[in-house]
Amino acid sequence: MSSRDTILQRLRNRTGGELTAPECDFSVLKRPDWSTTERIALFEKMIESVHGEVHHCTEDSWVDRLAEILGTRGARNLLIPKEHEIGVKLRSATLGREDLPHLLIYDEPIESWQSVLFNDVDASITSTRGGIAETGSLILWPNSDEPRLMSLVAPIHIAVLFASELYTTFHEAMQVQNWKAGMPTNALLISGPSKTADIEQTLAYGVHGPKELIVLIIE
Amino acid sequence: MSDTARHSPHHVDVKEFHPRAHEALHNPQIRQNFRKAMDGLMTKRKSAFEGWDLETLRDLGANVRMRALANLPDLLEQLEQKLTENSIKVHWAVDGDEACRIVRDICKARDAKTVIKGKSMVSEEMELNHYLKEQGIEALESDLGEYIVQLAEETPSHIIMPAIHKNTGEISKLLHEKTGTDLSNDVEYLTAAARLQLREKFMNADVGVSGVNFAVAETGTLCLVENEGNGRMTTTVPKCHIAVTGIEKVVPNLEDVSALLALLTRSATGQHITTYFNMISGPRKAEELDGPEEVHVVLVDNGRSSIYQDDELLDTLRCIRCGACMNHCPVYTRVGGHTYGTTYPGPIGKILMPHLIGLDEGRHLPSASSLCGACGEVCPVKIPIPDLLVRLRQESVDGDKLHPAKVRGHGAKRNAVEAMIWKGWSWMHAHPGAYRFGTNLAARFRMLQPGKMGSWTQFRTSPKLAPKTLHEQLKERGQ
Repeated sequence: MSSRDTILQRLRNRTGGELTAPECDFSVLKRPDWSTTERIALFEKMIESVHGEVHHCTEDSWVDRLAEILGTRGARNLLIPKEHEIGVKLRSATLGREDLPHLLIYDEPIESWQSVLFNDVDASITSTRGGIAETGSLILWPNSDEPRLMSLVAPIHIAVLFASELYTTFHEAMQVQNWKAGMPTNALLISGPSKTADIEQTLAYGVHGPKELIVLIIE
Repeated sequence: MSDTARHSPHHVDVKEFHPRAHEALHNPQIRQNFRKAMDGLMTKRKSAFEGWDLETLRDLGANVRMRALANLPDLLEQLEQKLTENSIKVHWAVDGDEACRIVRDICKARDAKTVIKGKSMVSEEMELNHYLKEQGIEALESDLGEYIVQLAEETPSHIIMPAIHKNTGEISKLLHEKTGTDLSNDVEYLTAAARLQLREKFMNADVGVSGVNFAVAETGTLCLVENEGNGRMTTTVPKCHIAVTGIEKVVPNLEDVSALLALLTRSATGQHITTYFNMISGPRKAEELDGPEEVHVVLVDNGRSSIYQDDELLDTLRCIRCGACMNHCPVYTRVGGHTYGTTYPGPIGKILMPHLIGLDEGRHLPSASSLCGACGEVCPVKIPIPDLLVRLRQESVDGDKLHPAKVRGHGAKRNAVEAMIWKGWSWMHAHPGAYRFGTNLAARFRMLQPGKMGSWTQFRTSPKLAPKTLHEQLKERGQ
């Protein structure tokens, strides 16, 4: 008999007999119906408590704010999506100004430029599929335009979050967006920059992923 | 496990709990390192649940886990089907040895020479690193704590914080000796050095191996909880990703994950959520530009289906591996994780390991507890750990009529003399004449009572028998 069948048979023929599944009431996870302003305030508080940085912007102001942020950090380049409106807007913006760093596009399989991505990219910008106020989390569903490593490898990760897509809880986000209908190959919640406390409980940032997580909230 | 134990170059005899405990208690460095860390973790957990209806949330956690276990075989089949639909290859292993062989075969098929690993307690159970080394495959841990422990040629001393037994000075010295970094107490510097060292390894590894926190049957999704990003690197950069998981980690729905995640990170490190919550539902698609080409899942039994047979012991399988029971255990805090000599230390280890290694090997584990109840009180999924410890203690002396022994190696602590004494005791209490004669005799000859009574009198005064029996005293008072 295969291992699969051995295991399943042991579980099916348990000596204790049939088990009864208890009811699960998820109402403890629900929160009051908060306003967008309340959600933004909580999101900001939570993500800042884990070293994330939040900037309030509008559709018109976020590119200027991004230029300032990257300028103060001396970023030489920025990895952007090609198709997403964030990328499109940045590409047209750079035509008329010099305060944005050199733009890079992730449009080839990783194998052909892994070493450049790992060693020479200073910052990346991605969209989000919303955020979660209660935990200060960003929802990311990487795709071919914004591959998985875009939010992981560069020392600075900038994420654009629309305030209208901010949910109160993780439970609410997955229900409203109907995640169970189909998940992408990789989905993520990101709450702050990469960190570790493995050396004597002392927090250190950027151990494997970004050292900085900067969120541009578009209101 | 008895088979896999032979792999280990650092195999620790589980039975030697007492000498190791004695040694740890006399090591001020160990005492200080653990005390400091555990005190901090207890405070953080408490504040992370402020404003929550914790009892109701724990009930939900327990019910979610129990619901999953009640349908375990069906859920595993559903999970297999969904994972397969998602182009993830599913493998089944009855024990650690078989799981190791499956990982080896996948590596060999890809001609893989190097494996980078995310944190996985099941792989510790399997002693995968050592096995792969024997097969000529280098396996490197990428979680900083695991990396440190691996460099030190040790095993994790805590399931969440593997290197918690070491302080900065010790780690600095270790990294200096093994990797050539400068001696420094600057944690940022040490972390940055590890980042550089491991980045090279991520880029060059042929295979990434990770654990799984929750496997969702509804969508065929593998969930991973982590802070560092090494889990994401491990499951994204190498061309092949192998996830190893215990069969009990499956849950029916995505919704269940929201409840368990809320409990897991707060209970473990007092975080509202970890930096990364990684949900993997398939390998790289044709149009995608990164991610592994192949994803495999190894469903490992290794004793779990035996635990599943018994209604009471089954509760052990609810565990979501948060480590809160360790953080709050007065015994663990004082002796540290290595004292137990087992993959899972502390209270959860004391109820889980006897199933994996047998009560003959793990005979001291259920007794290494003060039964203070702290572990049961903090467990996010309400595992009645103290009750299970008592049950396993009964099993270790061969059970009783209500709880016939079921765990492998039961009766390992049974002592013929002790058993006879208790049998006599029981008989005497059922026969009034013999009881009166016996107590009278004991009272008369109380001077012969030994002053030392083994471990009991190591820290306690020996109890003295009264010169008159209770019956005599009551008679004198005319009652």
